[in-house]
Parts: sequence; structure tokens; C-alpha cells
Amino acid sequence: MSSQTISQKIIARAAGLASVSVGEIVTCKVDLAMMHDSGGPRRVESKLKELGVGLWDPSKVVLVSDHYTPAVDVDSAGILSLTRKFATLHQIQNFYDGVGICHVILPERGHMRPGLFAVGGDSHSPSGGAYGAFMVGIGATEMAGVLATGEIWVRVPETIRVEWHGALGRGVTAKDILLKLCASLGMNNDYKVIEYAGSTVAAMPMNERLTMSNMSAELGAKTGIIAPDATTIADLAAKGVNVDAWQQTLNSDEGATYLAQHIFDASALAPQVAAPHTPANSHAVTDTDKVKLDQAYLGACTGAKENDLRMAAEILKGRKVAHGTRLLIAPASTQTTAKLAADGTLAILLEAGAQLLPTGCGACAGYGAGVLADGEVSIASTARNFKGRMGSAKSHVYLASPYTVAASAVKGEIADPREFLS
Amino acid sequence: MTNTNLVRIWKFGDQIDTDVLAPGRYMKGTIDELAAHCLEAVRPEFAANVKPGDIVIGGVGFGIGSSREQAAQALTHLGVGAVIAAGAARIFYRNAINLGLPVLVSPDTDKLIDGAMVAFDLEMGIVKNAQGDVIAKCETLPAFLLEIVRDGGLIPNLKKKLAKR
Repeated sequence: MSSQTISQKIIARAAGLASVSVGEIVTCKVDLAMMHDSGGPRRVESKLKELGVGLWDPSKVVLVSDHYTPAVDVDSAGILSLTRKFATLHQIQNFYDGVGICHVILPERGHMRPGLFAVGGDSHSPSGGAYGAFMVGIGATEMAGVLATGEIWVRVPETIRVEWHGALGRGVTAKDILLKLCASLGMNNDYKVIEYAGSTVAAMPMNERLTMSNMSAELGAKTGIIAPDATTIADLAAKGVNVDAWQQTLNSDEGATYLAQHIFDASALAPQVAAPHTPANSHAVTDTDKVKLDQAYLGACTGAKENDLRMAAEILKGRKVAHGTRLLIAPASTQTTAKLAADGTLAILLEAGAQLLPTGCGACAGYGAGVLADGEVSIASTARNFKGRMGSAKSHVYLASPYTVAASAVKGEIADPREFLS
Repeated sequence: MTNTNLVRIWKFGDQIDTDVLAPGRYMKGTIDELAAHCLEAVRPEFAANVKPGDIVIGGVGFGIGSSREQAAQALTHLGVGAVIAAGAARIFYRNAINLGLPVLVSPDTDKLIDGAMVAFDLEMGIVKNAQGDVIAKCETLPAFLLEIVRDGGLIPNLKKKLAKR
């Protein structure tokens, strides 16, 4: 048997084969299928009816209402109501209704494990790769096919190995790494898997690894995977999840074939800012114009997890948001909000003048509170700044880390967070 | 071959993303409403003027971004017959085929001019001009994907297969 990458090993296992070759098209059994209120029940229900079947295995389905929560009008209320009825009808036990964003809920509630072959009805599904799962995004019709059969075809992808070595500087994060990668590798790594490794990644907590895998979507990748290690196992153990020997030792073989290997020096990386209208338009904050800001937004699966908001608090402690700029915070889960409230972090954010928004996908995709008007400029800890995504097609969105967003909120213009960190 | 079925080319640039194809702020509404805003951020007249069978040409990264199937569905709703692009984003590619909209990758998109009337042969993966000359070649779809497209998408295709089980 030839040397295999992590992805090949997971695909082979799911396909019931000893090994698989790049380019081969195989049919895999799905271990976990995640969908949300926007692309889920309201889009798949009619298709399941047309097929005349139910769910192949409700215990393997996770349903999360996050895009339209909480309802702001009758249309969104209707979508959420339909989602609840679907969960009841199909006896989906793993249903999370307005308690967090799907990509954060899956690991928070112990659903992500190494070695899973998983699909998600959302483009940021590669997030699961942070736990050593092979998780890919799919659309609604494809999801209906998975729900009906428990299977999906997959073309065994090439893997690009991306290694980061050394220590990140103060105020530099996984988000900065991914913005840098969007600029240097481009956003069209279609059908490829990105495998992250190196001492920088090994030193990261799970939340930072989630940001890495999450934004693999912006690289155009099929998924972004990180081999499980002691940090992964400890995180799972804390949630009461035990993993077997195969899962614990899952890694790419020596001599596995990569399409390309890139090595980066973490110590040389400055905080990055992506200018409108693409994440690939990323440059060091020091090379970015000090644009005046109407809004700073800390939100989304990419940028409002527990540690993301702790980063913002490091900057905002004892400081105030600039006059003329509004800072909006939409924590990625209610559990995140509760933890931050318990240790006083939330108070720091609020005392700085931040407006607390409901948990959910919110303005990141132009769905919820915090969308932008014509001509408005925002900096956001989210993943995408495509034209019109966050509201008006005539608005401008800059992407950055939670540190940089918080520092920019204090200055009222795009700012280098390192000025605020000792 | 006589070109009785000439269709118009609508040409777009690189990185046509899903927020441009299916803007988030119209996602709650009907597909009618959403499709009326398809591609309006880059070409406001597209939705009102595209005719059934017309072909959309893109550069690299066509369909990058969200997994929202409405990005492909807006195109099928408007009657677009095929997408030919220098490169297509993976989820968009699968979504489109699952809805019966063929997406073909071609190295010849620079030879396809906006507004030109052409004939498109899906199985052969070729585009001909009104005179019948081949002006662009595309990578053909594997047989099993061609079957899904011919069946009108994944659901009719699965229905057929489930009936045989």
C-alpha cells in the first residue's frame, strides 16, 4: 500500500477500502451530516418528500438554527418554525436552536472527532478539520441525497501541505495566518485539501485551529485538516469524548504525496488586513491605509469564539470605542457569552462601549443585525468581504483579527493592535 | 450541423462569487425575487435580459464563497443553459450539476465573446459559432455526472436509482 495522507486514510475507511489514490472517484459512507436553518430543512424537505424517504440515520444528523436566529420578522420566524417541526418529525436529537453557530456548536457539544467523514450544508464546514475530521461543505440537493442514502461520491483530492514554524508575535493570530495564505496561495485551490502542520499550529489552542480550518473555505479548498495531537485529545476528553487508537494516531504517512508543500515563518508575520472586496486582497496592517470606520464587527464562526473575544478584551480593557465608530459583538455561542460573563470579560467589552448582539451568523452574511448602508466602511473579524455580503453593495468591508478589529474600534480607523499590547 | 439553436453568451470576469449570484439580503424570499437580483452587483441588466438556453461564461473561481445552492438555482431559474468557466468552485460545481445545470471547465474562455450567438454541445463539450466552426473546447463531464444533468438533477436521478433497488 502506498503512503497515504490523512484525507486519503479517512476517505478509504469511509469507502470501505484499504487505500485510495488521488483522482479516484469513490462512494463514502457519511459519519456525520450537519445542516442549518438556511440551507437545511426548508431546502431539503421537499426533495426528501419527492424521493419518498426519511433520514437514513437521525443519530448521525446534527441540525443547528443559526442563520435566522433570533427571528427578526415573520419570514425568518417561519423558517425557524419549519426547522423545529422538521427536527421533531424526523426525530433529530442533535438539534441546537439558537444557541450558537454550527461550526462552533459541533466541537463545543462534542460532535467533532478525528477520522470522521463528515459533510456540512455550509461552506465553512472545513472547520471540522481542526479536529482531524474530513469535513466538506455541500449544497442542499446534495444534502438531501446524503440524508436519503447516507452516502456521497467524492473525488479523492490532492493535498497541499502548509507548514508554519516558530512563534507568532504578540497580537498576531490564526486569522492573520489565513489572510496571509489567501493572498499568497490565492482563493482557487479548488478540489484540494490543505493540510496544516508545523510548530506554530502545534502550539495553537483548538479555537485558533478552528479559525485555520474554517477559512480554508476562502482558499477554495475542499477542506483544511490538522492531525490530532495531545491538544485535540485533551479538548475532547474535557467534553467526555473518548477516541480510539486509530483516531489518536491519525496522521499522514512519511512519504505521502503532496501537490505542493509551503513553509512559512510565523515570527515574520505582521497582523494582516484584507481590503475590499476579497480576502485575497490582504496586506500587513502597516501597509494598509488608516481608513476611517463607521463600524467594527466582532462576529461569526471565524471571529467571535471564546478566545477571539478574549483577544478583543485585551485591547479594550480600560479603553473606549472611538466617537463616530460603533463596535458590535455577536458571540458565536450562548455558552461563549456565559463563559465571558462569568469571568468579567464581557463587562470589559461592554464598558468599552460595545453593543452586544444576539448569537448567530448575523451580519456576517448580511442576514441579521449590523448590516451596512451605502458608502459605509466596516472592519470585521468575519471570513468574507465580497461586494454586498454585509449589506449594501456600495459598502466596504475590511477583514482582520479580533485584535486588529478591537484596536481599530478604539482608534476609529484601521489600526495596528501591537500599539496597544505591551 | 445547422445551428438552429443559437444562444447568447453572457461573459463575466474572474471570481464571480455566491454573494453576487445570490445576494444574502434576498435569501429569505422566493427564488423569483432572488433570481431577479442575480449578478446585479456586476451587471444590473442581466436578470431581466437573459434568455432560456443562454450561456454564462466566467473566468477562474466561478461560484466561490457560500454553499448556498440558490447561487446555481438563480441561474437555472433564469433559464441559463450552461456555465463555462476557466475554473469553478467545488461546491458551486456540485450544486449546479445536482440541479441539472452543467458547468464545464474550459481553457478557451478568452475566445468566447460577450453577446456572441453560439451553439453549445454538452456531450462533446464544444462551442461553435454561427458558421459552425468550433471556437472553444471544454473538459467534458464524466458519464455519471452527465447522467445526473440529463435526468434533470440529483433528485430525479436518485429517484430513478431508488426505484431500481
